[in-house]
Amino acid sequence: MRNTLIILKRELAAYFATPIAYVFLVIFLAAIGAFTFYLGNFFSRGQANLEPFFTFHPWLYLFLIPAIGMRLWSEERKSGTIELLMTLPVSTFHVVFGKFLAAWIFTAIALILTFPIWITVNYLGEPDNGVVFASYVGSWLMSGAFLALVSCLSALTKNQVVAFIIGAAVSFLFLMAGLDIVLGSFRVWAPDFLVEIIASLSFLTNFTAITKGVIDLRNVIFFLSMIGIFLFTNTVIVDLKKTV
Amino acid sequence: MAELLKVQGLTKRFGPLTAVDRISFSVAKGEVLGFLGPNGAGKSTTMKMVTGFLTPTEGTAHVAGFDVVEHPIEVKKRIGYLPEGAPLYGDMTVYGLLGFIAEIRGFNGAEKKRRVEEAIEKVNLAEVSFQPVETLSKGFKRRVGLAQSILHDPELLILDEPTDGLDPNQKHEVRELLKSMAPNKAIVISTHILEEVDAICTRAMIIARGRILIDGKPAELRAKSQRQNLDDVFRAITVPA
Repeated sequence: MRNTLIILKRELAAYFATPIAYVFLVIFLAAIGAFTFYLGNFFSRGQANLEPFFTFHPWLYLFLIPAIGMRLWSEERKSGTIELLMTLPVSTFHVVFGKFLAAWIFTAIALILTFPIWITVNYLGEPDNGVVFASYVGSWLMSGAFLALVSCLSALTKNQVVAFIIGAAVSFLFLMAGLDIVLGSFRVWAPDFLVEIIASLSFLTNFTAITKGVIDLRNVIFFLSMIGIFLFTNTVIVDLKKTV
Repeated sequence: MAELLKVQGLTKRFGPLTAVDRISFSVAKGEVLGFLGPNGAGKSTTMKMVTGFLTPTEGTAHVAGFDVVEHPIEVKKRIGYLPEGAPLYGDMTVYGLLGFIAEIRGFNGAEKKRRVEEAIEKVNLAEVSFQPVETLSKGFKRRVGLAQSILHDPELLILDEPTDGLDPNQKHEVRELLKSMAPNKAIVISTHILEEVDAICTRAMIIARGRILIDGKPAELRAKSQRQNLDDVFRAITVPA
């Protein structure tokens, strides 16, 4: 755990030592604001809730999470620092976990910085802050699942652009797994139970359930197990690269 | 003599290519072993396997009795490693980077500070210690790589081309540093510079196409040429007839 924290600290500092952190935060906050107020009609719908705000989180994550996650392993491989890192006395999983946590904390910072919207809605009306809190938690959990997925994929390549594109594409599949755009291609040949399993892997379905205001343990466990599975796979990929 | 590093039948194949072919040797405390050989001979691949970065296809290496395949963490604790090209985190300052390495190596607080400052002093980095690594010249970067490898006073030092990119004065300093540390450690360096073998190595090995061709004292190697010249020996054995 100590090593995980040391890695976490270094990685988090690396976001802020480069323009990545600032560019990401500015774009994320500007985009989420624009979506909420223009596309989401935050004012004209006349309801005191943050639904138009949270609705757009999955779509923003779709390309912003690959943008922060793509460097996690690709950059190490490209610059050769992976050799420095992996010959230090740390286990692969501790490094994988530390890197993931740094990125996940970074998205938490981005989420926390959206607080003016929460203040606005509380100033204008009386929203159910329980629902708002649940939605924030849900959004953060979903961002973690996306990040773990992207981190895992970035371990496959030394090219950050490739990591970004594959990360965004696979994220899209997981996000839409419950909808016809993905399910349609399985229905034709797969048995019903398999289609249902795939549908249950949908990030969107699980996230939407949480934004209804109830933090159902099943949805929380879903995202946490997604994180677990992807980080485990990430560790296996990093270790496998040693043998090739 | 206590063997610190024992390599047995180490082999690495990349697809159809055999980069390292059943290499065996051992290095004792006090020895400075020079790895010589043309580019692509398997020097770096051998070092990557000994340090646990690559898993051998066959064979293994023991460091202070620990098997690198079975107990990689124990092995990594005992090794100071300068990888080929001295890769470093460019966005960190020299001080920050060495601090990170020191923490991972298990040092905290005052001890960490002492270790970092000692390493900075040993390789003469004081003037750039608060600069980001990416702004440094090649010679400075190489010395940062060297500093991180000696910071925890390891029993075994493995340095892949430690003097590459240094000017003659810096080369001299690094050699003096290695010489001063040599009695208490086992050191393995790879180099293209044959004069370096004479300057610091107690033993030299010429490797080509993944195999050890010659293993002996620098003087013994030189004796193989009529002009007593290492370059001649190197060419004679590594250039395919």
